[in-house]
Amino acid sequence: MAVEIVDLCVSCWACVDVCPSEAIAKGGKHMQVNAKKCTECEGDFADPQCASICPIENCIVDAGGLAFNPPGSLTGIPPELLAEAMNEIQAR
Amino acid sequence: MELEVIGQESEGGCSSSGCGSTDDQLSHLPQDIVDKVQNHPCYSEEAHHYFARMHVAVAPACNIQCHYCNRKYDCSNESRPGVVSELLTPEQAVMKVRAVAANIPQMTVLGIAGPGDPLANPERTFSTFRMLSEQTPDIKLCVSTNGLALPESVEELSKHNIDHVTITINTVDPEIGAQIYPWIYWNNRRIRGVKGAKILIEQQQRGLEMLTERGILVKVNSVMIPGVNDDHLKEVSRIVKQKGAFLHNVMPLIAEAEHGTFYGVMGQRSPEPEELQNLQDACSGDMNMMRHCRQCRADAVGLLGEDRGEEFTMDKIEEMEIDYEAAMQKRAVIHQGIIEELNEKHQKRTQIAGMSVPSNEPIIPADTRPVLMAVATAGGGIVNQHFGHATEFLVYEASPNGVRFISHRKVDQYCIGNDTCGEKESALDGSIRALKGCEAVLCSKIGFEPWGMLEDAGIVPNGEHAMEPIEEAVMAVYEEMITTGKIDEHPVAMKAQA
Repeated sequence: MAVEIVDLCVSCWACVDVCPSEAIAKGGKHMQVNAKKCTECEGDFADPQCASICPIENCIVDAGGLAFNPPGSLTGIPPELLAEAMNEIQAR
Repeated sequence: MELEVIGQESEGGCSSSGCGSTDDQLSHLPQDIVDKVQNHPCYSEEAHHYFARMHVAVAPACNIQCHYCNRKYDCSNESRPGVVSELLTPEQAVMKVRAVAANIPQMTVLGIAGPGDPLANPERTFSTFRMLSEQTPDIKLCVSTNGLALPESVEELSKHNIDHVTITINTVDPEIGAQIYPWIYWNNRRIRGVKGAKILIEQQQRGLEMLTERGILVKVNSVMIPGVNDDHLKEVSRIVKQKGAFLHNVMPLIAEAEHGTFYGVMGQRSPEPEELQNLQDACSGDMNMMRHCRQCRADAVGLLGEDRGEEFTMDKIEEMEIDYEAAMQKRAVIHQGIIEELNEKHQKRTQIAGMSVPSNEPIIPADTRPVLMAVATAGGGIVNQHFGHATEFLVYEASPNGVRFISHRKVDQYCIGNDTCGEKESALDGSIRALKGCEAVLCSKIGFEPWGMLEDAGIVPNGEHAMEPIEEAVMAVYEEMITTGKIDEHPVAMKAQA
């Protein structure tokens, strides 16, 4: 059981600092998870720490390929409300 | 080391370039603070023409998200917070500071300002400071933070003898905060919305109080976001002043769509220069306002507005041979010379301000309306730049009370406009738009085409005061506007109608 960091990663290093298992390191162009070390933080924290601090939607996925932070979850605006929110913000 | 020199220089009265009647920027500060900041380019409009600073990008991680930030973006033509070309390890950062300080003798200040939050990267930030306090003892150290991890960092900050901290405080209201900060990372959880903003605000306010209790200077940065926190920033200004912040820097939101920030993508507008100025004026009632901030990159190097980062990439630094001791001695001499020059200029200004108005010149009626003028200058407080060469204009206000610096306005805004940055309007159109609200522009020379376009836009070009001190030139143009009747005789009535 391990998370995966995909190539949307912007290499901000935030996940490296908060990983309790020291399972994340810079590999190639972006951060990568050592699947042997990663525990998805089970036993340490309620949520995987990398996914809890990552600023990029869809960047960190679970063993089943599901994003911990799906579109809209980090901006606070659900995709179906995006057009409405844009209109409101542009009217300021 | 350098502070002692400044202390000696400042004996016998005001030594600040900013405490004259023509500059309200530092004029309300106690003398001990003026002494501390007079060679800090970020704190004094005048000092930034003489002293240089640098930022080292050792802190990439962040513990909050701001809607005006995009940590991915990196463009060498960009000049705004959060943008860097090269991340450094603490060891590389120290090597870079030594190289820059040896090659740019005007350097006085080293700051860590991201590209993430320096205090969310405590090991990298503090290890850099620790090495610098040993190896570059004459360089002042500063740090900028969003404040979330500030209370737990205050003790460590005071150990490293860091006497300037900047906290970005955009609001004291969690409801407004939720519109600026979608989430924070706190106690190993991502916390969203009002709840997250409330924690951030509490941490910022506690951190501010703890720093000022320890005598550490605190500047507060606020980003003005129209329709979100613009009105509210007056309250923020009042509160942070009450809690001991010595300077408030209200900056305009930067939100171009091509920057990829949330606000940029969503079409949130930036404030117009007049809106920013009005807010800065409204905040300045009992507060020292900072007006010359350039919103620098997190890896900026050199004088404000003249980035020399390209000269100091790691591959170039590794080839440099540095005699730091010799460079430090050279710096001390140069810094002392600059301080003496600034003091001399200040004394001259004080003398001029104290002189009575010659009897043959008209005294400006107290109800004459103020006028904004833009000035093209390459530094030194002189009107000495060709209109077409200016990458920014300094805006001054002339009024019956004298001349005061208001702001700078960039004309090739944040980007020179190449293939990767999208289409840009022509530089001239951009300049004229940036000068909105100004009634004259003073420069050393100006071409035929821009002359006509400026006049069409209601801005009078003026090249008659080339090489004159800015304040005197602005006052001369103001007086000419009065004598030629270009200023309305009943400005109060006009304002009421408007």
